[in-house]
Amino acid sequence: METILFLAHTETEGTLAKPALEALGAAKNLNAALPGSTLVAGLLGGNTQPAANQIAACGATKFLAVTGADFAASRYASDAAAAEALCKAAGATIVVAAGTARFNRCLPGVAQRLNGRADTHVSGFSAADGRVAVNRWYYRQRMEGSLTRTQRPWVVLVDPGSQTTWSGAVGTAAIEAVAVTLPDSARRTTVTGHREPAADAQTIRPDAQLLFVAGAGWTKKQADGQTHVPEAAKLILDFLKLTRSSLGSSKSLVDLGGEGQAVLPFMTHLNQIGQTGATPRHPKGLSTCCHGEEPHTVGWRFINERRAISLDANCGWARGKADVLYVADAFQVMAKVNALLAQG
Amino acid sequence: MSTAYQIVVCGSIVPDPLQTLEPVASPTGPALKNDMMLPAWLDPWAGHALYEAANLAKQHAGSKVTLVSLGPKAKLQQVMMTVGQKVPFELVALDGSASGFTEPAETAAALVEAIAALPGLDKSKLLVFGGWESASRGAGVTMQCIAERLGISDVFLGVDELKVQPDGALDILERIEAGKHQISRCAAPPAVLGWATGNLPEPKNNPQVGMVNMRAVMPALQKAKPVKVAADGVTFASVALPKQMRDTRIVKDASPDEIAREIVEWIKK
Ligand SMILES: Cc1cc2nc3c(=O)[nH]c(=O)nc-3n(C[C@H](O)[C@H](O)[C@H](O)COP(=O)(O)OP(=O)(O)OC[C@H]3O[C@@H](n4cnc5c(N)ncnc54)[C@H](O)[C@@H]3O)c2cc1C
Repeated sequence: METILFLAHTETEGTLAKPALEALGAAKNLNAALPGSTLVAGLLGGNTQPAANQIAACGATKFLAVTGADFAASRYASDAAAAEALCKAAGATIVVAAGTARFNRCLPGVAQRLNGRADTHVSGFSAADGRVAVNRWYYRQRMEGSLTRTQRPWVVLVDPGSQTTWSGAVGTAAIEAVAVTLPDSARRTTVTGHREPAADAQTIRPDAQLLFVAGAGWTKKQADGQTHVPEAAKLILDFLKLTRSSLGSSKSLVDLGGEGQAVLPFMTHLNQIGQTGATPRHPKGLSTCCHGEEPHTVGWRFINERRAISLDANCGWARGKADVLYVADAFQVMAKVNALLAQG
Repeated sequence: MSTAYQIVVCGSIVPDPLQTLEPVASPTGPALKNDMMLPAWLDPWAGHALYEAANLAKQHAGSKVTLVSLGPKAKLQQVMMTVGQKVPFELVALDGSASGFTEPAETAAALVEAIAALPGLDKSKLLVFGGWESASRGAGVTMQCIAERLGISDVFLGVDELKVQPDGALDILERIEAGKHQISRCAAPPAVLGWATGNLPEPKNNPQVGMVNMRAVMPALQKAKPVKVAADGVTFASVALPKQMRDTRIVKDASPDEIAREIVEWIKK
């Protein structure tokens, strides 16, 4: 009989964010598909009661929590100690958690500590005849595998955006506190802050409807033999402002910055999509001035509807990678797009 | 305060990303079709870790970079011919599978055995680097397993910057959600860092570095210990390529106005 531990860290205000509620959705489904299994909730953070109340109706038999200032910030040593204690207190055989930066860092270590195993970037579950299988991608989203394993505890980190969120009425949950005393060795690291772009330069928006990708073409010499980088920057930023899209980039475009060329100042490696970049999830994607080579388009695996604007009718997008390829000058098209959007 | 670091970089090889990859069933589980024929590369994020390690070593006199690499010997040799031209390091090679279908925990166990056997290992100077995810299994699990086995409790993942403070503390920038970084300060080594892209461009080939490296790289490859890494306890029900081909509609000869209208309509849908 499996004991499924839904494990979550709270946000600063003590509640659970969307990725955690998606993981809870997955844990609930698994619980329903495995007759005789038990669902336990485990929370860690500076404040956990609001989160427990938020999911009070989820059907967990217990709400365990490691709470306190020591566990507020995302730090490997304290997170691992808390998660280890929660897994042990729950007697977990399967741990389902959101693949957030915080948990992707600590939970694989916790699995190792408990003699179990971890699977990350899980994008699907199935359970038949009491056997659980998970789906995940290999070789940077090039192929999808479905696997089962015998080791327990089995820590499963669910890729954010891949599952349906659990929703239910807020209630009052009685928390069973799990005590964790941190050794000094777990305090060698302190989180001193965050670095984030200014609000108007915040171009990565995981919840956006549209991913807008800019390729190196924006900085290349155009038909008149000149580059038009400031115009490119304005067209892109205007479009982002009008649509609240998330901004992605090809590798070639962000690498130009490292080579000291004057490029789009708001682009960094964090915007990069692809083999050595990100693989975001958005319902739609629009690629501009990008060639659509395989190392780039593997990052589009989870973009459902795809359109591209490129001067090259033989680019990668033309070969089954986009639904629509507009063979056109992106400078001209995007100027018109922005004008139309501005009209409302 | 200047510390001479012992920087161990864990990094292996992956197929060239421009190649078409296809899964096949093998007696030991899933594998890549024509695996041994596929040209290989240094795993990109592990590569960034190596270049960051070399850069750090250059700034701290007496530091040493050791690349611990687990992969099929013949391919390691092929990749080291190029990587060896980039930055100075010493190689410890382990001859085994670098397949994406092996278990990170098993890979970590083999790597830790090699790390623990490094002569003069001093934890107070030890920084273990690697990529935050491989381009093969893409899991981001190996480095934490290594940390646990080595008893190191300061672990960072998705690292884009490491700065040593005058008192020896390590200021580390890690990628978190939505294009942000978390800034942490770790009192001192030992620490384990899984690197993202970092800030350094790929170093140019330097024949002098190549010559020095190769003197030790070739014997290291000859000495490569065979290790068995598999996926104990795991059963793959399937591994398949996605149905990725779309029926692309190619729109030529439409005016920018027409295209813009169509795009705006689509965005708003
Ligand atoms: C190990 C490795 C890892 C890699 N990882 C990644 C990765 O993570 N992400 C990634 O993106 N790439 C990656 N690449 C690189 C990838 O192979 C391509 O080189 C890269 O994606 C090309 O970027 P691009 O399409 O923006 O530029 P280019 O290939 O230069 O294409 C520019 C395009 O813009 C078009 N264009 C120019 N002007 C206009 C205009 N006015 N209007 C419309 N179109 C115009 C051109 O026709 C051309 O198609 C990787 C490569 C390797 C070897």
